Amino acid sequence: MDIEQIVREVVEQIRKKKNVPQEIILDVPLLEEGLVYSREKVVGVKEPTDSATIAEAQKITPARIGIGRAGTRMRTKSYLDFQLDHAAAQDAVKKEVSEQFLEKLAIPILKTKAQSLSEYLMNLDSGRVLCDESVHWLQQHSEKGKQVQIIISDGLSTTGIEENVPNLLSALEQGLKMKNISMEKPIFIKRSRVWVQDHVASIVNCDLVISLIGERPGLATSKSVSAYLIYKPTKDSVEADRTVISNIHKGGVQPLEAGAYLSDMIADILIKKVSGVKYTQTKE
Amino acid sequence: MKLSGRIKDQHFQFSSVTELLAKASEEKSGDRMSKVAAESSLERVAAKWILSELTLKDIYENPVIPYEKDEVTRVIYDQINNHIYNEIAHWTVSYLREYILDHSTTSSALKRISRGLTSEMIAAVAKLMSSIDLVMASQKIRYQAHCNTTIGEPGRLAFRCQPNHPTDKSEGILASLKEGLSYGSGDAVIGINPNNDSVESVSRLLTISHEFIQKWGIPTQNCVLAHITTQLQALKKGAPMALMFQSLAGTEKANRDFGVNKELLDEASYYMMKMGTSSGPNVMYFETGQGSEVSLDADHGVDMQTLESRTYGYARHWNPFMVNNVSGFIGPETLFDGRQMIRADLEDLFMGKLNGLPMGIAPTYTNHMESDQNDQEIAGMLTALAGANFYMGVPGGDDVMLSYQDTSFHDDASLREMLGFRPLREFEIWLETMGIMENGRLTPKAGDLSIFN
Repeated sequence: MDIEQIVREVVEQIRKKKNVPQEIILDVPLLEEGLVYSREKVVGVKEPTDSATIAEAQKITPARIGIGRAGTRMRTKSYLDFQLDHAAAQDAVKKEVSEQFLEKLAIPILKTKAQSLSEYLMNLDSGRVLCDESVHWLQQHSEKGKQVQIIISDGLSTTGIEENVPNLLSALEQGLKMKNISMEKPIFIKRSRVWVQDHVASIVNCDLVISLIGERPGLATSKSVSAYLIYKPTKDSVEADRTVISNIHKGGVQPLEAGAYLSDMIADILIKKVSGVKYTQTKE
Repeated sequence: MKLSGRIKDQHFQFSSVTELLAKASEEKSGDRMSKVAAESSLERVAAKWILSELTLKDIYENPVIPYEKDEVTRVIYDQINNHIYNEIAHWTVSYLREYILDHSTTSSALKRISRGLTSEMIAAVAKLMSSIDLVMASQKIRYQAHCNTTIGEPGRLAFRCQPNHPTDKSEGILASLKEGLSYGSGDAVIGINPNNDSVESVSRLLTISHEFIQKWGIPTQNCVLAHITTQLQALKKGAPMALMFQSLAGTEKANRDFGVNKELLDEASYYMMKMGTSSGPNVMYFETGQGSEVSLDADHGVDMQTLESRTYGYARHWNPFMVNNVSGFIGPETLFDGRQMIRADLEDLFMGKLNGLPMGIAPTYTNHMESDQNDQEIAGMLTALAGANFYMGVPGGDDVMLSYQDTSFHDDASLREMLGFRPLREFEIWLETMGIMENGRLTPKAGDLSIFN
């Protein structure tokens, strides 16, 4: 006899004893929990040529493959998985980086002109410049004239920052130290966008800025970080002047690996004195 | 030229054609961010009305960015057919709208007058159109192009199979590619967005996609969507490339931000004809979308829709095989929600077609905008009804490399079946040989990537 049946019988006995209507008794929580959602990948193709091949393929990519179909549409489970991941991604945008995390990171916390999340999302300029107070702080406290400035930006994924930055930052700093590349102290800038690096560079007067920024959350990963590098930005700098390494997270480029790779790349950019598309061209 | 008028006892004064165009636009957050949007609903209607009374000549003589100052303006004006323009210069925008919608105006007549229209005129007339207007007008215009397959034939709908992987792992890309092909997606192109934008990496992805196409005899073309300079280097080094990609915008300044200009596009197009693997003559693939100029701070105070139309006028110069609109890819600062995204998709499809392009649409949304799957599917159905040439095909609709949502392999198959469209001719025969499709419908084998074992 299974547990559910035992519970039902006990409940039924109580109902009879106390002579209470059935619908009230049904509200009493049963010993067994309700349904539990499983997010595991399953082969959804009905009668495949080779199920093992599909299961294997599902392991080598986070893409939604091997999910099968109902007519031309998704099967119910895949549809619900999609809805679930979309909900989680939307929630990730709204979260702020936790105070405990910032304390543990132990680097200066600066702010942009964006005063709220909605201002940050709707007005790009607000996240591209430091607020007056942070400008003042940076002028007072930065050493100035070092080779590299590291910026951590929350961007659109605070979970990405919390998950990846500790390993990424330490690997990057270690790599730069080993190459004797001088660094300003890394800074964290709340509600900031990539272009804030141009503003920071104009104050600290470094050769290269690298921003580690939370990427907008996708469905497969809401925890991804990108690195944007620019050599001597000016007010005329454009997107194509920035070198980007994206998808740094545990399902993409591993944070420790990325840190080492980025420090090699920084050393190379400092020698070639150019970043972005022009840097790619130097490798012809 | 009259730039003022009175409605409901209120006087409205506009200072330029540029301001009028911006204020006549439907509401979009990007226009609000750049402070060019109408300040009230009544002002919006006033702008539409006054715009409707302008002549095409008024617009021709007042480009939103001067000819001398902007390469995009120059490319657009230099390809205008003066004979046709002179015939219609006295038309008002209002007349142009009715001419486009009139039963007696044929597809051929529309293609002809399009050669005399500047992109601003096309944006202007789109601003006087509702959703059904845009669909009806779009249905009339269709451009075909040929690379290895022919895109844009009546009754056919194509898809780009987009098998991205977050770290460009070959096995992962091939797995998604097989999945897509098994749903009948991939006749427009097999187009991979690389994570690593180096020449070596791009060449490797071109090689693996090319070899897969060869091995299975698939009538299609491959493309790796890296920066054009990187692709050019890969091409010159002998990487097998059938189609060359680049993102474009509607101002010289924004294109400079993208690291691209006319000279570079001419060079790329030249080398594709010389060294590319495809038969052509259409060997370029462009991506566009409302909002890139404003997000790059390169909009010159012009509204997003007008800039998008200019992007099409610019793109036309290189006779692309496909132009893909990805409005909704940027975020809520340009298109706030599903409603704005759907409107932009309909506008862009129409404007692209009237600018003479073989257009496709990618109804997309990001997770930080107010939009969901329902909005996206509505946009997909409407633009398919309006006669888009192609859509993206992304596994489960979720791009695991670019982190946004686009049309899925399932959506692709659904759009074909619900509207009775077939795959591109050459590709349909291949699907039938593979046992994936029969009489335009998926067979039980479809959706099974292990058929490629």
